[in-house]
Amino acid sequence: MRLLLIEDDPVVASYLEQGLGEAGYNVDLAADGKSGLVLACTEDYDAMIIDRMLPGVDGLTIVKSVRATENKTPILILSTLGEVYDRVEGLKAGADDYLIKPFAFSELHARLEALQRRSDNSLNMETELRVGDLELNLLSRTASRAGKVIELQPREYRLLEYLMRHAGQVVTRTMLLEHVWDYHFDPQTNVIDVHISHLRSKVDKGHASPLLQTVRGAGYMINENR
Amino acid sequence: MILFAGSVLILLGFIYWSTVGYMSKQTDATIEAEITGLAEQYSKGGLNNLVSIITDRIERDPDSSSVYLFASADYSPLAGNISAWPDAKQTEDGWMNFEFADARADNRIFQARARPFVLQDGLYLLVGRDIRELRATQQLIIRALVWGIVLTLAFALAGGIIMTRSMLKSIDRINQASREIMAGDLQRRVETKGSNDEFDQLAVNLNAMLDEIDRLMTGIRQVTDNVAHDLRTPLTRLRTRLEQFHAGLDEGSPDIENIEQSISDADQLLATFGALLRIARIEAGGLRENAEKVDLAALIRDAGELYDVVAEEKQIGFDIQLEASPIVDGDRDLLFQAIINLLDNAIKYSPEAGCITLHLADHNGCAVLAISDHGPGIPAVEQDKVLQRFYRMDKSRTMPGSGLGLSLVAAVAAMHEAELVFADNQPGLVAELRFQCIHRRSE
Repeated sequence: MRLLLIEDDPVVASYLEQGLGEAGYNVDLAADGKSGLVLACTEDYDAMIIDRMLPGVDGLTIVKSVRATENKTPILILSTLGEVYDRVEGLKAGADDYLIKPFAFSELHARLEALQRRSDNSLNMETELRVGDLELNLLSRTASRAGKVIELQPREYRLLEYLMRHAGQVVTRTMLLEHVWDYHFDPQTNVIDVHISHLRSKVDKGHASPLLQTVRGAGYMINENR
Repeated sequence: MILFAGSVLILLGFIYWSTVGYMSKQTDATIEAEITGLAEQYSKGGLNNLVSIITDRIERDPDSSSVYLFASADYSPLAGNISAWPDAKQTEDGWMNFEFADARADNRIFQARARPFVLQDGLYLLVGRDIRELRATQQLIIRALVWGIVLTLAFALAGGIIMTRSMLKSIDRINQASREIMAGDLQRRVETKGSNDEFDQLAVNLNAMLDEIDRLMTGIRQVTDNVAHDLRTPLTRLRTRLEQFHAGLDEGSPDIENIEQSISDADQLLATFGALLRIARIEAGGLRENAEKVDLAALIRDAGELYDVVAEEKQIGFDIQLEASPIVDGDRDLLFQAIINLLDNAIKYSPEAGCITLHLADHNGCAVLAISDHGPGIPAVEQDKVLQRFYRMDKSRTMPGSGLGLSLVAAVAAMHEAELVFADNQPGLVAELRFQCIHRRSE
């Protein structure tokens, strides 16, 4: 996995480089906008992480330039400009995701994986998702485990669908808020945890091997136990 | 104005007194001189001479304004141009003012002023003047003066009104600009005319003051932002390091719980700084022109759906009453955040098995969103204070929370030109967001 990281803060850059390296990525680092733009346009990467505020050429310009060459590499923007309009601007410029500093490394890692998966899956039209003996029929919008139908509320269905589309990956609470509830906000309480525990009681209750797991300090993951 | 009118009156009074008084004195002096002359003639030529002189004078100038009467000791007329001794009292200084019928002019009544004179033989001589013209002239002067006063006051009034108008206009201009600046248009300045008068100088000084305030505010905002940013960066690194340490620990290690607690503390600090920065940005930013159309009813439904699981844990029920479906211009995520913060407070302070009402109505074209609970409520004296950053009521210090939730709601409300109003739910709290100028959903 080749990754381009364009970040001017040397401390953040070195942490990310180290963390991403440990997570199995092969990271190229650019410390300013110009060299980042050159790398982004000439080399072939699996994903790019671009800081929005950069000396030389700013992050959004790099995103626009990359997209202008019909390059569809997943791009994640890092920014301290946390308000909605800034995010909308970033996504309009062609970025795939937008992460506000400061962020937990686990959040960045989870989002990167989700981006990878999105670009892999973008072509195949699935009609069914399957994790172990848990099945989700995307056409009839029904779920069943070991052949037994699970009654789901519409929101629980979307929650399960998102988790199953990212099976085997950590999904963070903010990712769930953004994609299942479609709001960017700070939930104050552990509201997501409560929704997950409701879902868990429907999916895992009465089954020997739990599928829906809590990843401490990061989020949740649905995975087949081996 | 009164002072001005008073001084004009005094000035014109002085003119009146000096001109009219002078004319009267002049008349009196002429009469006295004539009396002296006649007395001399009398002593020189005796009675006959005097009578002939008087008759001569009357005949020579029949239209003269002079009045003569020569009378015997019992006041019966002997010679002269009036028919009888006037029936008028003498003033202390010997003058008589009287009216007489002039036989020469169809017995018309004339006014006269005369001075009687006693001759040596006990005869009387009355010498006077017809003062018609004098009176007429006096009238003329008085009329002129009255007109003068009226016109002067009228001009003064008109001039005063014009001056006041232009002054008020200048003050109005400054007031208007101040109001707009207070309403949030911090870049607004008072217009200057370049005339360099006092009001222009005032405007220039006000503008200079506003520039200085603006500069200081920008400075403070930058400092706050920098401090929050500078603190967030090391906190982020601290969190990352804790995370890496956590990942390296063996399952079941006694340190795991401490590290997880530390990570969650760091998260709380980061969240607080984030909320502070967010409030600062919302307050500084205002609503952008390209704000979206937000369906408040949809926000309430989503918020209710997201939070009912949390409420269920306390057996709290939601009563969602959507009487209208107003659309407002705004920021969907921030409005959702505001609703969530109010809802979160309502759940936090509601008693077990209570009920929370989410109510959306249209009051004469204004959307009103109300969230009511049956908790302890907020006493009237604290209702302003709870909007301050980090303010927490004594009762709620033991509850989890940062003390920033309602500050954020207030900032979001201000950004959307909505009013955040607290009321008593008897018992409990009603928190209302009253919006302005909504767009009705077109059916």
